[in-house]
Amino acid sequence: MTLRDLINKLLGRETASANTARERLQLVLAHDRVDMSTLTTDLLDKMRREILDVVAKYVEIDFDEVAVSLETEDRMTALVANLPIKRTISGEIKLKDNNKKTSK
Amino acid sequence: MAKNTRTILICSGKGGVGKTTLTANLGIALANSGSSTAVLDADFGLRNLDLLLGLENRIIYTAQDVLDKNCRLDQALVRHKQEPNLALLPAGDPRMLDWMKPDDMKRISALLSEKFDYVLVDCPAGVEDGFKNALAACNEAIVVTNPELSAVRDADRVVGILNTCDIKPIQLVVNRVRPKMMANQEMLTIEDVTSILSLPLLGIVLEDEQVIISTNRGEPLTLSGKKSPASKCYLNVSQRLAGADVPIIDPNKESKSLKDKFMNLMQTKIF
Repeated sequence: MTLRDLINKLLGRETASANTARERLQLVLAHDRVDMSTLTTDLLDKMRREILDVVAKYVEIDFDEVAVSLETEDRMTALVANLPIKRTISGEIKLKDNNKKTSK
Repeated sequence: MAKNTRTILICSGKGGVGKTTLTANLGIALANSGSSTAVLDADFGLRNLDLLLGLENRIIYTAQDVLDKNCRLDQALVRHKQEPNLALLPAGDPRMLDWMKPDDMKRISALLSEKFDYVLVDCPAGVEDGFKNALAACNEAIVVTNPELSAVRDADRVVGILNTCDIKPIQLVVNRVRPKMMANQEMLTIEDVTSILSLPLLGIVLEDEQVIISTNRGEPLTLSGKKSPASKCYLNVSQRLAGADVPIIDPNKESKSLKDKFMNLMQTKIF
């Protein structure tokens, strides 16, 4: 907060328009940058199932706990998959505890 | 042939933020500093670069004619009379709008890079075909924006597309800066714009009535050598573009009245 903002607040005046501009811009850009129009929920779901199929070839996954989502930070959108592993297919129990999650 | 030509896209997304004016002034300034420079008007639907340079009556051929082998490249290039190091090449004619393809632009830029040190490509507004054509010809970019919402938003779209292409560096010019409004916190600051777009700042250009006057005359500010605020800024941008180690013009130092100083004091962060 600047000296001017404080005085404005004390006098009950509107804040400077640059602040409003900054906030509105950050909001609209956060929306603009995630252009998910190209990746529909159907496609995302299909991709999720295919990823799970591949992973399931090698390890046993806890399907109830699986979470696949897109996360955007700055200019980078990342596909974040959280696939809790129960055990490897060879039969050897690697992780029994569901709280221990392997994320990639 | 082995020239290290810098082919620079000058783009903004939004129209009317000052792409063409920047292209004209940078072109003159770079040419004046001794570099052979070509300005390519890639906005062939609505071309205006000729008007800003005062060359509108001297265009006979376009880049399309060169590619069509209707003329040679040096016949199509319009040399500037007062600044012979500068040449204008209009990409095309408004009547042949659907003719150009990205590959055509690549061929033109290859031809130009045999002859020039700098090729400045004045990009059309928008993010559609015209932009993508112009983009194909370039290896670096200057994004021009104004410190206002719509211009910054559109610039962000353009930066998003540039980031997916093989274009480096991408630098920012903030045009039409009003230091007083910034000091009064009634305008986005330079820091706001650079941090939102996360681009390195090449320079700023101050709002200046002389820009309109020079456009009326068809004589870019950097040509007349007048020391108007915008003219100083354009020179600063061209020097920094050429790699000179000069600081960016500080808008706060350009407004020196007592009221501005008071307003700067009011901007002090207290908590």
